[in-house]
Amino acid sequence: MTRPAHVKVLLAKLGLDGHDRGLKVIARAMRDAGFEVVYMGMRVTADQVAQTALQEDVDVVGISILSGAHMRLIPRLTDSLKARQISDDILLLVGGTIPEDDVEDLHNLGVQGVFPVGSFTSTMTKFIIDNISRGRSSPKA
Amino acid sequence: MAEKTNKPTKRSLSGLEVKPVYTPDDLADTDFARDLGQPGEFPFTRGPYPNMYLGRLWTRRQIAGFGTAQATNERYRFLLEHGQTGISTDFDHPTLTGYDSDHELAEGEVGRLGVAIDSVRDMEDLFLDIPLDKVSVSLTINHPAIVLMGMFLSVSEKRGVDWKSLRGTVQNDSLKEFHGQKTFALGPSPSLKLTTDIVEFCTNHVPNWYTISISGYHTRESGSDAIQELAFTIAQGMAYVESALERGLPIDSFAPRLSFFFGCHNDVFEEVAKFRAARRMWARIMKDRYKAQKHESMRLRFHTQTLGSTLMRQDPQNNIARGTLQALAAVLGGTQSLHVSGFDEAFDIPSEEAMRMSLATQLILSHESGVTNTVDPMAGSYFIESMTNDIEEAAWEYISKIEAFGEGLYPLKSGMLQAIDTGYIELEIARSAYEYQLKIESGDQVVVGLNQYQSASNQKLELFEFDPEEEEWQKGRLAEIRGRRSPADVKSALSSLKQAALDDKNLMPSVLKAVGALVTEGEILDTMRDVYGEHVDPGVF
Repeated sequence: MTRPAHVKVLLAKLGLDGHDRGLKVIARAMRDAGFEVVYMGMRVTADQVAQTALQEDVDVVGISILSGAHMRLIPRLTDSLKARQISDDILLLVGGTIPEDDVEDLHNLGVQGVFPVGSFTSTMTKFIIDNISRGRSSPKA
Repeated sequence: MAEKTNKPTKRSLSGLEVKPVYTPDDLADTDFARDLGQPGEFPFTRGPYPNMYLGRLWTRRQIAGFGTAQATNERYRFLLEHGQTGISTDFDHPTLTGYDSDHELAEGEVGRLGVAIDSVRDMEDLFLDIPLDKVSVSLTINHPAIVLMGMFLSVSEKRGVDWKSLRGTVQNDSLKEFHGQKTFALGPSPSLKLTTDIVEFCTNHVPNWYTISISGYHTRESGSDAIQELAFTIAQGMAYVESALERGLPIDSFAPRLSFFFGCHNDVFEEVAKFRAARRMWARIMKDRYKAQKHESMRLRFHTQTLGSTLMRQDPQNNIARGTLQALAAVLGGTQSLHVSGFDEAFDIPSEEAMRMSLATQLILSHESGVTNTVDPMAGSYFIESMTNDIEEAAWEYISKIEAFGEGLYPLKSGMLQAIDTGYIELEIARSAYEYQLKIESGDQVVVGLNQYQSASNQKLELFEFDPEEEEWQKGRLAEIRGRRSPADVKSALSSLKQAALDDKNLMPSVLKAVGALVTEGEILDTMRDVYGEHVDPGVF
């Protein structure tokens, strides 16, 4: 697959979790990889993320959660994306303190990529390039 | 001058140059009497006490808190029955950020990473049957510290415990919240005001309480290097001192009740140097700059927590070795108390098994390693003393920059507020965090099991089991307490709090009145957010 000309990534943390080191590292890495980064940062709700994803017409939503609340908050997000009929257009990635047992559950919820703490940013950018369903160079019909 | 070789220069984890061999020439400018002194004597480089661990071992203080106040109380009583002498409370995210358990943003986080506290009733449950005049309590809370401290004082008063007999600590380090931990509620300036309210109130009414635990640990977990951790922590401390001086408090009235909290990474010698430099810097700052006269105001004492961010998911047992190295460095650096992070923390909050291993690590260091047999065993090493000088010098560069941001009689106070407002500190840390990550990804920094020496084993750990029912229980209890209160009392308590804030008075008396009327933490913080404005993360990276 050729590299899409323009990739727009939304990055956010749901809930009150303040551990934003990883998200900021990822934001820099994605910027350096040539992606456009919409950095929503911390303390946002699932609904705010979905609304911003819609308005900003992003290709990727990356959520970082280190509070252990992912199994409560990610279903809220997938519902919010579905309600706006954009879940099929968006590559959804989740990273953070995710126990092994939850990885499959997250996949079943519609999360395409799960990146536990320690994951390389290069793995994430490659995953995005390999899996993105549409680039701005080839808009969906 | 070192001879030129083709080999690249070795560097410490924070980028300080490390030479192949050190000699007395490296310490030509070091005067041992002036720069080290004796342990327990100015400038306290060698430790705050003359006999250090020969007098008393460091305190093994493992932090704990989860679920409801009742569940955590049971854990505390268990720990006390098994020889622990102090309690260290971990609050959940809603409590840390000043929201009640039924707030929209609190979903899924109530009682998750710490204990949930909404009202003084929860605080009563948390310390049920725990003798508050005998057990030292550490309240790990920052922007809402005045509320939790108020609840704690209220519980003590109700039980007839004299505030003068209370011993403990409140973290109350509001400024680090903007670059480390990030459980802020208010902006830099109002949160510094609240920190100073606690210092002032406790100096006058709770004299044996440690009023601020000036923290570098969270800054380090956010990705700073050791130099930045040291510099920003000392600068925070100076900002607090200047804020209290500005209130008119005499330096020796409050300075002895300030303590410090650092993280500890894997680079053993750099960490030892960092701790020794911190003591020397603080002693000289307090004596020369702020004219302290009491030794207790000059000697820096600190708690250490080994860094969760160094712990890997790959081969999690390897983390026990990392924790041991970091704990060793903390002890060689002269820590007063220690928490060794659980080896399973890359997966979840630590299991009981992991906490048992952490305590065992501490016990083995105490009783088997022999490192406690003499005071400051690293002193006089050409390398360690050079490194101590180097890290101090590098830290001063940052502190001078922060001071240059400021102005007037209290340049560190205004400089620190400015350095936070402009995003300077956060961006410096973000840069370090990113550079470190790139070194790991390129293999320049080896992390065993992650980017080299990967093993095929995929052992499953028994992780902490969280009970999701507790969130609903806590919300039910909160609703019940709200229903039981006198609405007139609540209204009057909140309006006098608001007036005190508008009049720029010390808020502790109004907070005490409010918690007594069962006003919740979230309601009190909402009132403060109403007056001071809510802080929104600037989102810089």
